[in-house]
Amino acid sequence: MRARGIPLIAQYAVMLLLAAFFLFPLVYMVASSFKPDDVVLSDADSIAAFLPIPFVGVENYVDAIERASVFRSFFNSMVISGSIVGLGLVVNSLLGYALARLRFRGRTLLVAFVIALIIIPFEALAVPLLFLSAQLGWLDTYHVQILPFVANPLFIYLFYTFFLNVPVEIEEAARIDGAGPLRTFVSVVAPLAKPAYATVAILGFLFSWGQFLWPVMVTRGIDVRPLALGIGTFKTTPPVQWGDIMAYAALMTIPLVIIFLIFQRYFVQGVASSGVKG
Amino acid sequence: MTQRTNVSEQAETVMTTRTWQSAEARTAWLLSTPALIGLTAFIVVPFLLALVLSFTSQRLISPLPTRFIGIENYLATFADAGFWRGLINNVWFVAVVVPLQTGLALFLAILVNSRVRGRVAFRTVYFMPVVTVMAAAAVTWTLLLNPNGLVNAFLDVITFGTFTPDWLGSTTWALPAVMAVSIWQGTGFQMIILLAALQDVPEELYEAAELDGAGSWKKFLNVTLPGIRNGLIFVVTVTTILAFRLFDQVWIMPQTPGGPLDSTRTMMLHLVETGFGGQAIGRASAVAVIFFVLVLVLTLIQRRFIREEGGAA
Repeated sequence: MRARGIPLIAQYAVMLLLAAFFLFPLVYMVASSFKPDDVVLSDADSIAAFLPIPFVGVENYVDAIERASVFRSFFNSMVISGSIVGLGLVVNSLLGYALARLRFRGRTLLVAFVIALIIIPFEALAVPLLFLSAQLGWLDTYHVQILPFVANPLFIYLFYTFFLNVPVEIEEAARIDGAGPLRTFVSVVAPLAKPAYATVAILGFLFSWGQFLWPVMVTRGIDVRPLALGIGTFKTTPPVQWGDIMAYAALMTIPLVIIFLIFQRYFVQGVASSGVKG
Repeated sequence: MTQRTNVSEQAETVMTTRTWQSAEARTAWLLSTPALIGLTAFIVVPFLLALVLSFTSQRLISPLPTRFIGIENYLATFADAGFWRGLINNVWFVAVVVPLQTGLALFLAILVNSRVRGRVAFRTVYFMPVVTVMAAAAVTWTLLLNPNGLVNAFLDVITFGTFTPDWLGSTTWALPAVMAVSIWQGTGFQMIILLAALQDVPEELYEAAELDGAGSWKKFLNVTLPGIRNGLIFVVTVTTILAFRLFDQVWIMPQTPGGPLDSTRTMMLHLVETGFGGQAIGRASAVAVIFFVLVLVLTLIQRRFIREEGGAA
């Protein structure tokens, strides 16, 4: 499909229009985060909404940080998402590897078990989990926000399909050199699986960083609440300071954007080589 | 993995092969255990517990003992106007968002799959909303959809002032506003999946179709669509399931969650209000079980389509 001349110009025009549609709220968010609160509203109906004028520097960011204890919730989010992603990469890839490569009784059954679990939505489990957490005295802790999300059947399945596609010959070389299954995995297979790890890390980070429903249910105070919930602080305490809110929204989004831009090459490769596309 | 029965193994004696195999099985279970514990404790057990609790009068904190009450929770749920309102809104949401979002995602995937300069940059831009936290996107859009906000200023110009609704304050337009934001945020992800599917369609098929004199539209219908069929089914199913899980947007964007006047209430909002707000764990578990059955049915329908494809190929 190689377009030339007028079709090419038309295609660029369409692509640019769509780019504007997907990008304008983000530009608006960042521009507004550098403006005085009242100007955010008075500029809202003109092209000036996209310009950070008058520029107030990081004033809104400072306000947002003071008002919503950003440092605390940022730290909480890092602890929660970092643990979910870090622990998850290890345990999910280990099971995915065992299912794809090691021979043991019950393996076929385990594969079916994992696939069956993929379709159970977390939301259907939230209520009994809330009940269990309350019984165990886990409310308002970090681990109640981490442990339920570490082992993830979808991620296990992604690793499983990825490892199935790694040529067996590569492992055999290591095996002939006398390496056991675990060492073969750590030294030979895992390094090859970078795209799979990157895909799961990005998906895991996206999912856990934005988590909203579960933290609303199991946390009350600011002590262990993640960033996403802090946005509520601004809505409940008038007057609505839109500059601060936009600064807060930008603060929440920036870490994800950075992580995505770093790993996006692997991510696209990972989606292409895994079972995600069905 | 039968491929591994190879020369190097055949050289070994039966005895060492057996010890090696049992060592392999032991390692396999060792590697599997951490994930299996997690899956059991946080998926299997709560799932069974939801089934059990849905037949009881369990409350989150209550001095009264828990009783078995049969299908009373289910009857109460089916008699609850709020539940039906949520379900209808969800179905409505699916009917609009799934076709629009899938169509747009396919269009984007085709655009960034063509060999134009800057396609990677465009792909990144289209994916940006996915990387935005929904809570942040939802508040930004709340401001954009303000009656005197940017969206209405734009509509005012292109419709000559005839169409500038109070999006989130109107019972008619609040749900469409939530739909628009969801499409904006979710399309990029579907695009990546469809892009991967498009790149798997063999180039020879296009060449063969060209030799047969097929135009672009014919090629799209006869080569592209069948080629990405499974990817499309996957995208449609996932979008549908995610649509039934709709929660963050309707919690954040309207003045009151699910408002105005329940016009953006969803099943998930209903579940959270019952189980968390109302502390009625048994009743909320019944909603969860109904929700699970819905998702199960949708997934089974997807499997059916994919199997048919496998049989035809």
